[in-house]
Formats: sequence, C-alpha cells, structure tokens
Amino acid sequence: MGGMFSGPLTWQNAIVWILASVVLLFLVLGFVTYAIYFERKILGWAQARHGPNRVGPFGLLQTVADVAKVLMKEDIMPKNADRALFILAPFLAFVPAFTVLATIPFTGWAYFADLNVGLLYYVALSSITTLGILLGGWASNNKYALLGGMRSAAQMISYEIPLVISVVGVVLLSGSLNMSKIVDGQEGWFWNWNIVPQFLGFVVFMIAAFAELNRTPFDLPEAESELVAGYFVEYSGFRWAMYMLTEYVYMFAIAALTTVLFLGGWHAPAPFLEFIPGIVWFLLKFAFVVFFIIWTRATLPRMRVDQLMGFGWKVLLPLALANVFLTAVWLEIFN
Amino acid sequence: MAIRTEELLLNVGPQHPSTHGVLRVVVKLDGEVITEATPVIGYLHRGTEKLAENLNYTQIIPYTDRMDYVSAMTNNYVLCHTVEKMMGIEVPERAEFLRLIVMELQRIASHQVWWGTYLLDIGSLSPFLYAFRDREIIINLFNELCGARLTYNYMRVGGVKWDAPEGWIDKVKDFVKYMKGRLEVYDRLVTGNEIFLARVKGVGKYDAQTAIDYGLSGANLRCTGVAWDLRKTQPYSLYDRFEFDVATAEEGDCWARYKVRLEEIRQSLRILEQALEQFPPEGEIMGKVPRVVRPPEGEYYAAIESPRGEIGCYIVSKGKAEPYRLKFRRPSFVNLQVLPKLLVGETMTNLVTILGSIDIVLGEVDC
Repeated sequence: MGGMFSGPLTWQNAIVWILASVVLLFLVLGFVTYAIYFERKILGWAQARHGPNRVGPFGLLQTVADVAKVLMKEDIMPKNADRALFILAPFLAFVPAFTVLATIPFTGWAYFADLNVGLLYYVALSSITTLGILLGGWASNNKYALLGGMRSAAQMISYEIPLVISVVGVVLLSGSLNMSKIVDGQEGWFWNWNIVPQFLGFVVFMIAAFAELNRTPFDLPEAESELVAGYFVEYSGFRWAMYMLTEYVYMFAIAALTTVLFLGGWHAPAPFLEFIPGIVWFLLKFAFVVFFIIWTRATLPRMRVDQLMGFGWKVLLPLALANVFLTAVWLEIFN
Repeated sequence: MAIRTEELLLNVGPQHPSTHGVLRVVVKLDGEVITEATPVIGYLHRGTEKLAENLNYTQIIPYTDRMDYVSAMTNNYVLCHTVEKMMGIEVPERAEFLRLIVMELQRIASHQVWWGTYLLDIGSLSPFLYAFRDREIIINLFNELCGARLTYNYMRVGGVKWDAPEGWIDKVKDFVKYMKGRLEVYDRLVTGNEIFLARVKGVGKYDAQTAIDYGLSGANLRCTGVAWDLRKTQPYSLYDRFEFDVATAEEGDCWARYKVRLEEIRQSLRILEQALEQFPPEGEIMGKVPRVVRPPEGEYYAAIESPRGEIGCYIVSKGKAEPYRLKFRRPSFVNLQVLPKLLVGETMTNLVTILGSIDIVLGEVDC
C-alpha cells in the first residue's frame, strides 16, 4: 500500500486506493458500532447491570437499531440558528476525525500514507475538529450550547499543547515523525516500547488525550449535569449522530495513536511471539486502550472548568517540557 | 472598536437534569461566573395544606407521603406524632419500634438517593447505580411491610397500619450488616477521589451564624459544627433509649455536608442495630384511638428530624375531625433560601455542586 503512494498515479492505483479507503470507512463505522456496544456493556458491568441485551444475540444489534432510529428522526433546526454554519459544523468536526486515520500504520503493510510528517499531520488535522464543535455551539443560538462550545474551544486548545509536546520525547528517541519508523524503533522485547523510557510522556499524553476526546473526567463541553448536553444540545437526528460519530472515531484514532507511539504498534511483547500476526497484537493493544478509556468513565467524576485549565497549563505543560528536556539530556549523554 | 460584552441571562430549569425536579434558577452570568441567582419555585405546588383543611387526619397521611417523596416515612410520622401529642394518645411499644426502624431505614435510603444523585451531578455515573441498588433492598423491605415502594401511607394516629411480617426483622438485620460493608465501598469509590475532593472542598461555604440566621437544619446546619439533631436535642419516639452520635463537621462546605450525610448513615445503622436487638417479639401495633380522631381545641407544633432537617407540623384545631389550619415546616423549603447567597461569584459548575449539596426535594419545597 505504501509503495503506491510514492509510485506514479495510474488508474489502477487510484481505484485500489479509493476502494481501500471505502473499506477503511466501513471498518471504522463497524468499530464505532461495536465501540458503543462495548462501552455500554462495560459500563453496565461496572455498574452492576446488564447493558444492552435485547436486540439481537447478546444485544449485538442494539447500536444498529439505534442508528436506524437516529436516521429516521426528524431533523430539527432552531428558528434563530445560523443555517449555513449549523449544517456545516457537524461535518467540519467529523471529516478531520476520519482523515487523521490515513497516517496510522495498523501493521507493517496496512496503512494509507507513509508520510514523513505523519505525527505532525495527525496533530494539525485533529485540531480542526475544535472548530466544528465551536461552530456548532455558536450556530445553535442557544446559551447552553454556546457555553459548551466555548468550554470546548478553551479545553481543546489548552490540551493540544501538552499533547503535542508529550510526543516530542518519542520523536527524539526514534528520530522521525514517520509513524512506521516510530514503530520500528520499538521492536524486540516489551521494554523497548516507548512506554518504558517515555513513561512520563505517556502519562501526559494519556491525560491530554482524554481531554482531547472530551471524555470523563474531562467531559466538560457536554457536561450533562450543568450544560444539559453542551454544544450539541440543539442537534437532532443525523447531525447529532455525526457528533457522536466524531467522538468515537477520535477514540479509535487516539487508541491507535497510543498503540503506535507508546505500545510498540504491531510488535509482539517478546521476539519469540512474533509468529502471531502483527494485526492481532495491534488489535489487542488497541482494544486495551479503548477499554481503559471506558473504564475511566465508569470510575471518575468530572473536573471543574477552572481546575481543568489550571491543571493543563500548570501541571501537564511543565511536565511535558521536563520530559522533552530529560529525554534530550539522556540522548546527549548516552548516545 | 471596543468589544461589547453583556451579561448572559440563563434559565436553569425547570426542565434541567440537575435541578432535582422542577426548580428554576434564573442566573445572570458574566462569562461563566454567576453575578445574581434567583430561585423560582412553585412548579410542583399542590396545595397540600389547604386540601388538609377538608380532610380528616387519617386522610391527610397519604398527602404527606407526596411532600418529601424521598423520605415519606418521616413525613407520615410528623403528622401522626403531632396529633398523638395533642390528644395524649399512648403508642404501643411494638408500633413505636416499627416506626423508628422504618424511619431510620428511610433516612439511609434518602441519603443513598442523595449520595447517588450528587455524584451524578458531579459527573460520576456509577455511584448512582450503586446507591440505587442498595436502596432497592430498603424499598423491598418497605414493600413487604406496607405494599408500597415510595408512598407508604404506613403510619396511623396511634400506631402503624400493618405489623411486620414473619422474618422481616431478620431481613433488616441482614441489611444492616450488608450496608456496613457497602459504606466502605462508597468510601473507596468516591470519598478519597482527588477530583471529587477538588470539586467539593471550599465550595458553597458558610459559617454557623449564617446557617442559624437562615434557619437551616439537618446536615446543612450540622456541617458548620452545630450539634443540633432533634433526635438528641428534643428526643421523640424512642431515640433517648439508643446510643448514637450527632454527626457534625467543621468546614461548612459541600465536603462537610457530604461527610455529615455519610456519617448519618453510619449512625442510623448503629441505631438500627440496637433497635432490632430490643424489638419486642409481640404486642399491639395500634393504641387506643377513638373512631374519629378529634384533637382538642388549640394549637400545637411538633418537629422531628427528617433526613433533610427539621420537619415540623403545626396544627390549629377547633375540636373537629378536620384541622382548622395545618402547616408543615418543610426543611427543603427553608434550606433552599440560602442558595442565592451561596451562588454569587461562583461558576455554573459550582451551581450544580452547591444546589446538590443542599439536598432539596421539590415535592417538599413546593408542598
């Protein structure tokens, strides 16, 4: 796949590529469908109840039924909403969520773009989503939505910075922004994974990622108990589904990124286990990260806006910077 | 060009996930900071007190269930207790024990609802379901006793309507044991959580003088260090027979109220343990009450400690079967009055934290 990107553009190449993208789109949609199911099941078990178990065997078709319901819902637009922006916003949020997946290498051969600046591409595109959320909150012409949108903008911008700086350590270690190269640098035993030498960076990255995802304990933009639903309070039907989709696709993206950057990507934890296909290892690690994100939701309360901002700027950012400094000093002394 | 700013007038409620019913708070926001807050109440007003003037005393009891619907047993009790005092009716010991046991179970159930919904306000999902699962046991116990899960209509002037079924007392004993373990789970899940502590410490703070000035009662008063609990300070029922402590805290903030309420569950379990040991194996459940309850002419006020504070019943009788005037002192209504004072200068997020910590039930606020 990667070879095609550098090869000449022919009809054959283009068709294969488009087909592969469609396959990925359906894979992601399938993931979202079952991520929601997975989340509801785990939350159910964590909270001493069953979770969905009525539609289909073990409730497996619950999300399908929900999506069908959402599609049939009336699409309500508030009278005083800014029509153009109101329609545009959910797509502005969703499109970057999907495009960032292009640079993530799932195995040694399954990836779309082997960009030299893959990591930078991810970070740059993902910040566009904030715009979609802010616009949605603004265009709804609703006070709760506006407050939610503002919070979201403030939060995502403040956490973007520690997120980016926390991965600088990884980049320093592997000497590349190319995701495949980063994974290749982690081959062998599991202590070669970046999570070990870059533990501080990993912790900062995970916390900032939660904030980027708007997930508990940082789900302030949609803080149900105070802002009703936050920025998408006026959205209904399929536009609402787009926002939900965005959230889950980002969960997919962040879990994949964590696996690639810190958990050794498709490599086995020990060399003698390499006979198991890389995609299995990738999916296992990936699923663990997703589980961790959901598990946190079942356990923690929500932070307060001012505490969140303070935590981002006064704790996470200095830690991320210290991590960069320590990594640089380490590399200078030992290499 | 100068940037124009203006205050945002926001209607929180009456349809809002965190106003615990149909409370409406009109807040003026400067950014996210509240500059003014006005609670608007009355959306659930049903005129209980006026209706009572045309009902005889037994008929009023079901209406009291619907005031503080999270704690119906204590409401039942305050009405029956007041009428009994007016008429000098002796309540048989077994009936009084049953009343005390259900009231303490109700206090636990009420605090569980509070604990769960408060954590839900703060953004944690799981405690709500944990609390409701444990509360379900109490609800089932009540169901066995009187056939209702929420509005019990259990007590009567002079006693209780139904005796405890066989094995009921043992089930309550099992519950007390179980609940002690559950409290540790509650603590592990929430009490030590740093995020939770950061959300509640120092928020919604007031001192003892303010609390007394506003007439606060219950955990809202005890969180400032005032050890005022009607079960201890003006003992009614059989509370003077049992050993328990008045739960207090010093800080006067949301954290203190949280601690006080959890401690009250512990103390209630202590009372229950003793009461279940001393429970008379047999006896009457209704005292000698005339067929038509006609309190003598006069005015009378009696108050008890409900989970939310001092609930009082003031009856003016003209010697008829119906009260001439009946007034309930509802703790939720009185406690709510301190809200505007606490909210000024706080953020939207703290509005929810503070409102939740006062623990109001709208059925009781609006009556």
